[in-house]
Amino acid sequence: MDFLPVILWSDLLLWSLVLVSLVLGLLSRRNPLLRGAWRRVGASRAGMASATVLLAYLLIGLLDSLHYRPRLPETAAQTAAADEPRAAYAVDVHSLLDRLLWSLRTRNEKTYSEPLATRAYAKETIEVEGPGGQRLQQRDYPRLKHGGAHLGDHEAGRHADIGQRLLRAGGLAVLIWLVTAAWVATARSRATGGTPVQAWRQIWRNQSAFAWNAVLAAFAALLLSAAAIAFLAGDYHVFGTDKVGQDVLYQVLKSVRTALVVGLVTTLVTLPLSIFMGVLAGYFRGWVDDLIQYLYTTLSSIPGVLLVAAAVLMIQIVIDTHPQWFVTAVERADLRLLALCFILGLTSWTSVCRLLRGETMKLRELEYIQAAQAFGVADLRIIARHILPNLMHLVIIALVMDFSSLVLAEAVLSYVGIGVDPTTISFGMMINNARMELAREPVVWWSLVAAFAFMFVLVLAANLLADAVRDAFDPRQAGAA
Amino acid sequence: MFAYLVRRLLYAVPILIGVNLLTFALFFMVNTPDDMARMQLGVKRVTPEAIAKWKADRGYDRPLFINSAASGVGIVTETIFFDKSARMFVGDFGRAEDGRDIAREITARMGPSLAIALPSFLLGLLVTVSFALLLTFFRASYLDFWGVVLCVAMMSISTLFYIIGGQFLVSKVWRLVPISGYGAGLDAWKFVILPVAIGVIAGIGASARWYRTIFIEEIDKDYVRTARAKGLSEWSVLFRHVLRNGMIPILTGVVVVIPLLFMGSLLSESFFGIPGLGSYTIDAINAQDFAVVRAMVFIGSVLYIVGLTLTDLSYTLVDPRIRFE
Repeated sequence: MDFLPVILWSDLLLWSLVLVSLVLGLLSRRNPLLRGAWRRVGASRAGMASATVLLAYLLIGLLDSLHYRPRLPETAAQTAAADEPRAAYAVDVHSLLDRLLWSLRTRNEKTYSEPLATRAYAKETIEVEGPGGQRLQQRDYPRLKHGGAHLGDHEAGRHADIGQRLLRAGGLAVLIWLVTAAWVATARSRATGGTPVQAWRQIWRNQSAFAWNAVLAAFAALLLSAAAIAFLAGDYHVFGTDKVGQDVLYQVLKSVRTALVVGLVTTLVTLPLSIFMGVLAGYFRGWVDDLIQYLYTTLSSIPGVLLVAAAVLMIQIVIDTHPQWFVTAVERADLRLLALCFILGLTSWTSVCRLLRGETMKLRELEYIQAAQAFGVADLRIIARHILPNLMHLVIIALVMDFSSLVLAEAVLSYVGIGVDPTTISFGMMINNARMELAREPVVWWSLVAAFAFMFVLVLAANLLADAVRDAFDPRQAGAA
Repeated sequence: MFAYLVRRLLYAVPILIGVNLLTFALFFMVNTPDDMARMQLGVKRVTPEAIAKWKADRGYDRPLFINSAASGVGIVTETIFFDKSARMFVGDFGRAEDGRDIAREITARMGPSLAIALPSFLLGLLVTVSFALLLTFFRASYLDFWGVVLCVAMMSISTLFYIIGGQFLVSKVWRLVPISGYGAGLDAWKFVILPVAIGVIAGIGASARWYRTIFIEEIDKDYVRTARAKGLSEWSVLFRHVLRNGMIPILTGVVVVIPLLFMGSLLSESFFGIPGLGSYTIDAINAQDFAVVRAMVFIGSVLYIVGLTLTDLSYTLVDPRIRFE
């Protein structure tokens, strides 16, 4: 084999989360109430447009969650020593996304350079060829090794080149979009039994039950920006380079996975706990209720940041004093990331638990559950058959509501120094590394702006989707907004 | 009411003990003091003598809960738990890594923290409530729609962006106020004004949208219809009826954070170099000063519990229908 697959814990959790939500989605189709709610989410234009954007982020994150260690080329000594050569694998772990972005990852400059620049950001002493062929030393902005290297000496043609690339990118994006739109219209017409033109008109006028026009509009925006970046990224640094000359676009794309892991895995690992505790307390009351209430009041009375800080400090020591647990540095960073998720979850499960407890208490007083109790149905069965399905909407709302605040929290915690491992690329790390550079003259702004922009789009989409989901699932909120 | 208060305060005691035990377990049982010593002194090449000295200096060389070597009450008092955790109940937090008394440091830093947190809180409340009321007045119009869109967009922006962007624009480009620092007495205003403004702006998005939902819920109620039927103008309906009733959930919702204002804000204090409790905490986290972090955790939970009690009291103050049981 040319590579050795590496399954990190966070990969496993992220992928299983996707599987679990698919299964839950299929299951909830059987429940007419939930099916109706999902249909309402599907009709929400803001919700579907942001779902499209989130899917794009998810795709990046999932590509970045398939890790492997490439096989090292064999040395002559090895081949000679053994008849059946033993494979040796590199110590650094790559992901599929790294493989796809290989040129971004490896084409490093010396230091800062502006977006789309061909020359470095600071002057250096460089050698130039004088008129008489002799070597002269001169202070000037040196050419970048990779940024715009294909232009050669023809640097003035940079703008024309960029314009040309953008035009080609736009053309390709329009083409792909038209094909997709035609495909959607045909598929719709087959389902509704009209012509594709009629179906298209319905979509265009927002008369389809599912908000196809929003999805297609968001898809168009995504395609345009992705194509533009892809066409430029081949020979330029689209978002510039950072202090050590690494491409900012690469860092931003890598940050997406960290944000997704923090936003999704945190809720996933704590949801079972809060459901279990909340239902137990609400259903059995008495001393169980007292105990669980005491537990979550105690936990929630410690201010979140401080609890996270204390726990992360302790985890850090555990990790540092047990280097033998980890084969590669990536595995260590991954454990730190997961620990952060668990710790963040520790502070956030209490509110969901309290909510579920209240709802369970309301449910257990309802007649159909009292009837079930009178018939002698076992408690566990009542909980599984009658209570849990009726809590599903709260669980779904909690899952989407927490996501955006967790993504924002990661950035803040990384700034405070209690976030992800310093080797993990994340929005917080990017912001933290770049903020000091604002004091420079001229200002190095691109890292910061790129990180904030990508994070803003992610959080905005998550917030809009959360609103759509909450409006659709929460009967009490539906009228208010 | 007095009996109720006493009962509430008694209820707080087991919670505080729980917090205390939890932090103790976190700081002394997840990692042994030896691990902490190694961390502080550098993981590699540290002699057992250095570790022993580090522990002895800080009183970490005692047993955790029961000291069988001591006699009398010393069995419980000459332990890490009694020395480091139980004493926090009487306000003795011990010493920080730099040898200063934590309790004194905290009282000195409370002022600057409050100078930022209190104006941010009050001004923020005023601004967000007015903005929410404005949106309610123009409800179901384009102004309302775009106002809500603005709120969602603003709450999707990281707090770090507000701070970094504001500092860059106001202090560096426009040079209106100093970038960071703090002055004594009234001179502090020019250091305080920017963090307060940023704190207010950063909080608008989420709160204004929430308050608007509360007001909109109120506005369909019968008493509002009656007020309109009396011929009151829309503005006086909003101010005299909707605002006063809508303030009940808003006030009771924010009361819980009032005591926590003493803790200051972690981010803006460290960005603007304000010598308050927030920056104290961050410095302690970065220097891995466990004693300070432990003290802050404890104080934070005490303040939170005070806030919860105040919330319960405020319900009865603003809404006479609720009585103490």
